[in-house]
Amino acid sequence: MTNPKGDEYAVIGTRPPRVDAADKATGRARFGPDTDLPRLLHGKILRSPHAHARILSIDTSRAEAFPGVHAVVTAKDLPAAQDLAAALGEADIDLKYRCDNTLASDKVLYVGHAIAAVAACDPHTAEQAAQLIDVEYEVLPAVMDVLDAAREDAPLIHENMRTWSLAGTSEAPSNVANHFQSVKGDPETGFAEADLVVEREIRTATVHHSYIEPHATTATWGPDGTLTVHPTTQGAFGIRDQLASLLRYPLSKIRVVPTEVGGAFGGKSTSYLDAVAALLSRKTGRPVKMVMTRAETFLATGPTSGTVIRVKIGAKKDGRITAAQAALYYEAGAFPGAPLWGGMGVVLAAYDIPHGQIDGYDVVVNKPKAETYRAPGGTPPVFAVEQVIDELAEQTGTDPLEFRLLNRAQEGTQRVNGGVHTSVSSYEVLKAVQAHAHYSAPLEGPHRGRGIAFGHWGNYGGSSSCTLDVNSDGTVSLVTGSVDITGTRTSLAMQAAETLELTLDRVRPTVGDTDSVGYTEGSYGSRTTMATGVAVVTAAKDAIAQMCERAAMLWNVPAEAVSYRKGTFTAGGDGSPQLTFAELAAQLPRTGGAVTGVGNVHVDEWGGSFGAHIVDVAVDPETGKVTILRYTAVQDAGRAIHPSLVEGQMQGGAVQGIGWALYEGYRCYCLSSDWSEQKAA
Amino acid sequence: MIHKMRVSAMINGESSEFLCAPHQSLLECLRDVLGLTGSKEGCNDGNCGACSVLLDGRLVNACLVLGVEIEGREVTTVEGLADWRGLHPLQQAFIEQDALQCGYCTPGMLIAAKALLDRDPDPSEERIRAWLAGNLCRCTGYDKIVRAVQSAAASMSEDREEARS
Repeated sequence: MTNPKGDEYAVIGTRPPRVDAADKATGRARFGPDTDLPRLLHGKILRSPHAHARILSIDTSRAEAFPGVHAVVTAKDLPAAQDLAAALGEADIDLKYRCDNTLASDKVLYVGHAIAAVAACDPHTAEQAAQLIDVEYEVLPAVMDVLDAAREDAPLIHENMRTWSLAGTSEAPSNVANHFQSVKGDPETGFAEADLVVEREIRTATVHHSYIEPHATTATWGPDGTLTVHPTTQGAFGIRDQLASLLRYPLSKIRVVPTEVGGAFGGKSTSYLDAVAALLSRKTGRPVKMVMTRAETFLATGPTSGTVIRVKIGAKKDGRITAAQAALYYEAGAFPGAPLWGGMGVVLAAYDIPHGQIDGYDVVVNKPKAETYRAPGGTPPVFAVEQVIDELAEQTGTDPLEFRLLNRAQEGTQRVNGGVHTSVSSYEVLKAVQAHAHYSAPLEGPHRGRGIAFGHWGNYGGSSSCTLDVNSDGTVSLVTGSVDITGTRTSLAMQAAETLELTLDRVRPTVGDTDSVGYTEGSYGSRTTMATGVAVVTAAKDAIAQMCERAAMLWNVPAEAVSYRKGTFTAGGDGSPQLTFAELAAQLPRTGGAVTGVGNVHVDEWGGSFGAHIVDVAVDPETGKVTILRYTAVQDAGRAIHPSLVEGQMQGGAVQGIGWALYEGYRCYCLSSDWSEQKAA
Repeated sequence: MIHKMRVSAMINGESSEFLCAPHQSLLECLRDVLGLTGSKEGCNDGNCGACSVLLDGRLVNACLVLGVEIEGREVTTVEGLADWRGLHPLQQAFIEQDALQCGYCTPGMLIAAKALLDRDPDPSEERIRAWLAGNLCRCTGYDKIVRAVQSAAASMSEDREEARS
């Protein structure tokens, strides 16, 4: 592969050891629960045993009197909640939801909902004391099922919530927070043209990201009013923003220093503990650490939406799709905001659908608030569509792969949700499946089968920042705002080294805190290597341009006369002066001081991507047990900066998908009566 | 307040003495009392293996052992794997094979793998997978971990050959 100058890439595409690997293989890396500070206190949360109940009273006096307890906080201590209470009707409803999910005020909406928190000398004391907080509840019927919750007669989770749709806001309150809709062409005409139509309803389980590291944070409210927080998170700036709004506090007084992150998968962008730890620290004047247990992580942090998906697709006898319709019912959890945008964005997007309609319903249920999870909202509807596509292929007598090739989205295809496909690799991906030895390998034995699935994801760009400091020995220190969970420090340093035409060992990347680097969106949406990569390349080019100016100063020539190639600055042709990167770096103090390359970007353009998987399974006809015999993943990865890291994402993603499809789910027990069961009885 | 007990043990080759409450797990003692935060808490109930340590050479979950139980015994944690000569071949292999992503399960994975190679220097892929079944990794899909253990086993056997010749 060649770079824009026509040279072979020297660093990009290689597989160097990750810069963080030695720390992580020796136990030196500091994760969220590893933070320790002098005079540290430990916080624990009292959580609701009910899936749905009104809070009648909270009495913290017994907990406060417990030996070893330093402070107790409830929603009354949350500044934003106080402001909202005073605002009388003018309330910012999203902020109210965020406050209530941090510490419940009037109602608890799921088992595990946080109500109050205790800071004590050690975690055991804090846990014991939290159980001494007396809460009086009026237990209400709980709605756990998405379709039941959407019924008009369902108990309301938020009494004043109404359905927003393109038609406006509903008159009657409802658990359906939003009804989104996209229509392309005329679905009725499209289905009338079809020779056959397949319609299916598919349910997918509520599942949790299940990162091994629980949520954790440590907050220190200093006597000067500055707040320093060490959370495990996908985005330090996102945590700072959330803290600023929950605490009604200026951004400049909050410093968020992200720790290493023990897995996130979309689930560690929301701030659950930080504001609570901050309030406890303010009350006690001491740093407060809070670490969730595994049970708390499952009970109170985002699973991703369980769904009901209805898919109807019509096709001609020759296999060509004429129309498609999908209805997506997503559990939002206790507060609105299921990742429907992701689901609606990808549901039929891999195919060319002449006439189509997508309806998305964002439905609150008595479960923890749903969070984004690996291609947020995308997996369930694609899973459903692929089942229907396979049935259509079978009924039209078409090979499943040929069926997909025939109907695949192409460059310029307009998606049902309105977007237009630009750079499209659907053909290459499907052809790679066809050409793979797995696809044509014999599959013998009883009860065995082979399936494929095909999908599209849109990806993302967004805001990223970095600084690149040139050191006097010719090494560079790269600070980015992107938290590194999967090896992005390395993939970013590789892009810096490539641009600077230096070896990788000359670039030392670190993750900055919110005071040391510019605003950077979180490490989500497959954006970091790409968008922060753009920032890094920008910063590297900036540093080179500045160094060319310094060389020009030394040689007394115009800056335009200086060029940089393969680690050496030159002014003009043969015999003209030359300086290596390191030689010029040593001269920086006497040419005006340090050189810092800056990359502050907002990436507006990005390409979508396609992927397809092949799987062989054996099914035990008596027990239904499915055994996976062979699994091949094909992904358009763009240009793999570090191929091992890309392989790791594909392998890990496939295994989580297998887990979701075959093994995982939530059993939300609730002490409240379940309305669905009541109704059935 | 609960009366604390004094415990003496050999931890990563150093004799250590510390105070712990009778209800504190070995994992808590390592992390919160001794500052050895390499061993991780994932589930705190023996499911995930993130806190795997060697107790007198035997693989245990530190969350299921009480601190007071290690009196007079030997504990090896991830911090004890590397020595002055450098990284343990398993650590080297995990780094070279990109057998870690977030790295949170890695300390437990390394300790569990060491326990295996101490017993069986040339394990089959099936043996490695079965042995590591008690160590959960959510990121990698395990493939690169298994390969790293295989490659560490190979390089350790080469080292032994060299030492013999």
